[in-house]
Amino acid sequence: MPFIPHSEHDISKMLSTIGVTSIDDLFDEIPDNLRCGNLDKIPQGLNEMEVTRLMRERAAQDGLPLCFLGAGAYEHHIPAAVWEITTRGEFYSAYTPYQAEASQGTLQLLYEYQSMMASLMAMDVSNASLYDGASALAEAVLMSVRANKKSKSRKILMPRSINPVYRSVTEAIVKNQAIELIDVSYDSATGQTDLTALQQFAGEDFAALVIPQPNFFGVIENVDALTAWATESKMLSVAVVNPMAMALLKPPGEWADEGVDIVCGEGQPLGVPLASGGPYFGFMCCKQQHVRQMPGRIIGRTTDLDGKEGFTLTLQAREQHIRRSKATSNICTNQGLLVTAATIYMSLLGPEGLKKVALNSHKNTQLLLNRLTEIKGVSAVFKASTFHECVVQVETDAKLLIEQLAKEHHILGGFDLSVDYAELGNALLICATETRTREDIERFATTLEKILDN
Amino acid sequence: MLIFEQSHTGRASNAQLPADNDALSSLPADALRTTKPNLPEASEMQVVRHFTRLSQKNFSIDTHFYPLGSCTMKYNPRACNTLASLPEFTGRHPLGPSLHGQGFLKCMYELQGMLKEVTGMQAVSLCPAAGAQGEFAGVAMIKAYHDNRNDTQRCEILVPDAAHGTNPASAVMCGYKVREIPTGKNGDVDIDALKAAVGPQTAGIMLTNPSTLGVFDRKIKEIAGIVHEAGGLLYYDGANLNAILGKVRPGDMGFDVIHMNLHKTFSTPHGGGGPGAGPVGVSKRLKPYMPVPIVGKKDQQYVLLDENDCPQSIGRMSAFAGNAGVLLRAYIYARMLGREGMPRVADFATLNANYLLKRLMAVGYDAAYPERRATHEFILTLKKQAKELGVTAMDVAKRLLDYDFHAPTTYFPLLIPECLLIEPTETEAKETLDGFIDTMAKILVEAEGDAQLLKQAPYTLPVRRLDDVKAVKQLDVVWKKTEVKQ
Repeated sequence: MPFIPHSEHDISKMLSTIGVTSIDDLFDEIPDNLRCGNLDKIPQGLNEMEVTRLMRERAAQDGLPLCFLGAGAYEHHIPAAVWEITTRGEFYSAYTPYQAEASQGTLQLLYEYQSMMASLMAMDVSNASLYDGASALAEAVLMSVRANKKSKSRKILMPRSINPVYRSVTEAIVKNQAIELIDVSYDSATGQTDLTALQQFAGEDFAALVIPQPNFFGVIENVDALTAWATESKMLSVAVVNPMAMALLKPPGEWADEGVDIVCGEGQPLGVPLASGGPYFGFMCCKQQHVRQMPGRIIGRTTDLDGKEGFTLTLQAREQHIRRSKATSNICTNQGLLVTAATIYMSLLGPEGLKKVALNSHKNTQLLLNRLTEIKGVSAVFKASTFHECVVQVETDAKLLIEQLAKEHHILGGFDLSVDYAELGNALLICATETRTREDIERFATTLEKILDN
Repeated sequence: MLIFEQSHTGRASNAQLPADNDALSSLPADALRTTKPNLPEASEMQVVRHFTRLSQKNFSIDTHFYPLGSCTMKYNPRACNTLASLPEFTGRHPLGPSLHGQGFLKCMYELQGMLKEVTGMQAVSLCPAAGAQGEFAGVAMIKAYHDNRNDTQRCEILVPDAAHGTNPASAVMCGYKVREIPTGKNGDVDIDALKAAVGPQTAGIMLTNPSTLGVFDRKIKEIAGIVHEAGGLLYYDGANLNAILGKVRPGDMGFDVIHMNLHKTFSTPHGGGGPGAGPVGVSKRLKPYMPVPIVGKKDQQYVLLDENDCPQSIGRMSAFAGNAGVLLRAYIYARMLGREGMPRVADFATLNANYLLKRLMAVGYDAAYPERRATHEFILTLKKQAKELGVTAMDVAKRLLDYDFHAPTTYFPLLIPECLLIEPTETEAKETLDGFIDTMAKILVEAEGDAQLLKQAPYTLPVRRLDDVKAVKQLDVVWKKTEVKQ
């Protein structure tokens, strides 16, 4: 029996200890008319060799196309040591560190993670993870409504330059609590959130302004001005950032005079593979004054009976297992293993390595943009600087172009923006991280040239 | 020692640094970072050694018996990890065309089908990232259903007092008020209290069956009748699905919506606190509201169905398609179990739990419900020991750690005083259970002889009992650079 160690002898000894004659007797409290029959629609079991053959066939079907696609998930090199250590059984098969004495490995690692993340964001505190970037923004929005003591508003200013799927996830999660998301337009020349458009909301009551950096177009926002405007308008500021970009760009804790109130985002760039979209992890940092409104696990350093340093779950009075209906969130199981990978990744890269990855990704995307816009029928859309993604317009149907690149040339040629941003026409969001070479970029460019020539 | 305390300015894991690139940067100076983040500067070997050593300070399934009730800490087959980590699976971009994902999507489509069959539901959406997100999605569907019928007076969700804390928290996140239903003396829901609580304000009830008390609620059909009669819907918390896998199906019990914890029943790793996966299954009337994306089939191709295909959907729970890699591991596990292996999970999980219960009672422990059959887990109450010896459930739990056993769940459910919730799972051998029983017997003898011994436990772990009060009062959640010892 797969994964069941019992011998016939064990079974009969155990049954006689219990005082029943068969295993089926143990289900005697379940009404007979509820018992189900055989699960005929489920296939018969496979052994490991058979399931290995099956999964290899399925994997081979999918292939590995050349990727210039980002839009919220980024291909970075992951050092071999990251997942070698992360999948050690002691990390992989442990659970939430409720028994602190038997979980010091995970707890210390999470404390180190919180320290790294808070420093990368230049914020006071970090939690130990949420599900992903989009749901982290939803939690940040809920948190901002609780934490803004100066306003009773349940309205949030949400730039259109934010990843549209983050907006829709946030909407799905917060709408049942009567929280309203109000669009803020972007400047069609720069691709940045429009500061003049923001003026129309001056004097109105809002709980928070959301500020992406970089925004969905890859464009670097004027974060100081946006943060200052939010503070003046007595609303909280919620940053949504790419953690990789923060090795290069000014971190949210240093925006304007006092920094933002809450930072969240997608942790995937820090050592987590693309893997069809998950598991990734959401991160969240905030100012010290808001820590009791933060959702999710938080690890603290303390001492034991002998005065020795140790680590434990702390501020648990915020959480569902203690506070039930009055908790800051319903989150329980989060993304611990991904945080393990990210902590090892950040330790291996260090401050210089992370900056180099960010800089190389930025420069590769510049190369890509310069090369593609040499092609007749391809032009850059926005004037403002970008991190490692940018928008180009093509003189052909963007959707069909992407399909053709994938199907005939095994190239993922970017994200089609025409669905979410019809006003941009046939626009593609493209990305080249540090993993793309000049040869990769040339292959993409010459293929595109040929397609557009025909 | 913290990784930061091993840091040396200028040291790096050089093999991990990308080559310099001489293209010009166009970034404006005022957008750039000027401070160096406090990340470790260390060699690759230092990092590997540090985190390997940290891992050795953990208890885990791979190293220890881990009878943590309600968490289903069973063996996580290594094949599931190895095969889900094939480069084509880990390298697939979530927004890549379905053309480059037919293999992956076929696995997901078949997983939806298997979960449907084993739960008796009409449709499954895999996208919720964990149990609590599945609960949120489930309750949001209940709300969407009532709202769509203009039945907007239904503002209350009923939750038994034994429920997981996530249940009331999820209901509140969906904008509902929570009303608690008491448990009867025998561990089943108090039917009279339920009858008194339901009404035109009832949106639904959230139930775990078997409940967190480790017993199967025998009156489940009656409960379903009462709630449905009042116009409410039934939500099934699948945390305890391991107990009944392939034996009883939530769909047949009358539930309208369920979530499953694949990191429990389908043996994906718990990872030190996630990732999980919390797919939801629904009855016919909730099908239009399922969260997207859902894997469908169009023109013989597997595709992700989105808001355009499912216009009444409650929407998206995460940016992409949920914890895909976890779902892949669950799929591989389900294929290895097959139709014959699924009921065996419930068989042996139940056999192990009943054997443990019987023998622990024989060595002197009290069951919370001695007259009831254990399901896949059961509760001991140390009320007597607390009163007579001054030894608490926490003391016994901590002492177990000294004997190399992970502790059971303590102080949950809240309504049983001094409780230990014990779940052995089907993957543990009899001799492991016997070792645990012998140790529990020994601890009881210790408690009778020298209660202080237990109150100070553990003694043999990397740290002794930690000062949780200090952890809150002198909050230290981030290491600061000034602390570097020179």
